[in-house]
Amino acid sequence: MIDKGSLWFIIFALGIGSFMLRFSFLGLVGDRSLPAWALRYLRYTAVAIIPALIAPMVALSNEANTGPEPVRLIAAIVTFSVGAWTRNVIVAICNGAITLGLGLYLFG
Amino acid sequence: MTSTTTKSAYWMGVRDGAPFILVAAPFAVLFGVIATEAGLNLFEVMSFSFVVIAGAAQFTALELMQKETPTLIVLISALAVNLRVAMYSAAITPYLGTAPLWQRVLMSYMLVDQSYALAHAKFEDAPNMSLPQRTAYYFGTCTLVMGAWFICSFLGAALGTQLPPSIPIDFALPIAFLSMIAPMIRSLPHLIAAITAIVVSLICINVPYSLGLIIAGFAGMAAGSQTEVWITRKQEAAL
Repeated sequence: MIDKGSLWFIIFALGIGSFMLRFSFLGLVGDRSLPAWALRYLRYTAVAIIPALIAPMVALSNEANTGPEPVRLIAAIVTFSVGAWTRNVIVAICNGAITLGLGLYLFG
Repeated sequence: MTSTTTKSAYWMGVRDGAPFILVAAPFAVLFGVIATEAGLNLFEVMSFSFVVIAGAAQFTALELMQKETPTLIVLISALAVNLRVAMYSAAITPYLGTAPLWQRVLMSYMLVDQSYALAHAKFEDAPNMSLPQRTAYYFGTCTLVMGAWFICSFLGAALGTQLPPSIPIDFALPIAFLSMIAPMIRSLPHLIAAITAIVVSLICINVPYSLGLIIAGFAGMAAGSQTEVWITRKQEAAL
């Protein structure tokens, strides 16, 4: 269960933090540019953090949280492959959801 | 372009932004549903979507909060996921940086993947647009996406508790994130960053306080960044 006090703190801290990220250049830095290494790190934040967050959710998706559940693993692979191939978020999410739904219906 | 009035620039933005409703809406519904399932009430869900407006960061925070992760780690991880908006901010500053402060505050609040992508492409394409036209176009691209984000968060929250338990909502988040991330893997350094992050996060699976996520994230960023440096050096050596 999520603690309500920390929930509200996180909502507002995240709101302020996200705003500051968005306002950083537009509002404060102006036309000055960041050092090359910082921009290079920024380029890879999302493609590093998001896979790191989902990997354990996929790898430990069975009921005992000890290993992957086959249908979920296959749905994850399908979603990623379709997304990488079509570059289309919606097509990828639909294929993943259909694979998951159908797989659980047939084998679940 | 010079003949375009401010008003028509706004409506052009609205039209160009319309297809992106299809991208924002499902994530907003999903956030509403997952947040409600996690025990948030309607007011909390709407506040979250209204204050933060960042799908990936909201999902990350929600997932980590459910695992009783320390607040600081939740914030660092969610903001790291959202760091790309700082890049967007840098990218649109040459075009919009001279607008009045209150407008830049509003622009910043609404700076999301869609508004950045549309506005930046348009400003590069049409260098003759005046500042008021650019501003109007930018706010035009935000209008429908923002509306869809709030309305669909509400719909998701209203729907949340009424979903049949047979729907595997536990796996909605991985599917959503995978579909978001796959099109972002555009080069070898991106791929190396993602693979490194996955491997390190699985190795660090038992590190307490979800710190493994931060370690894996940094490892992935360093790997991607270093690969880029190597590739650039190789290309320069080949010339």
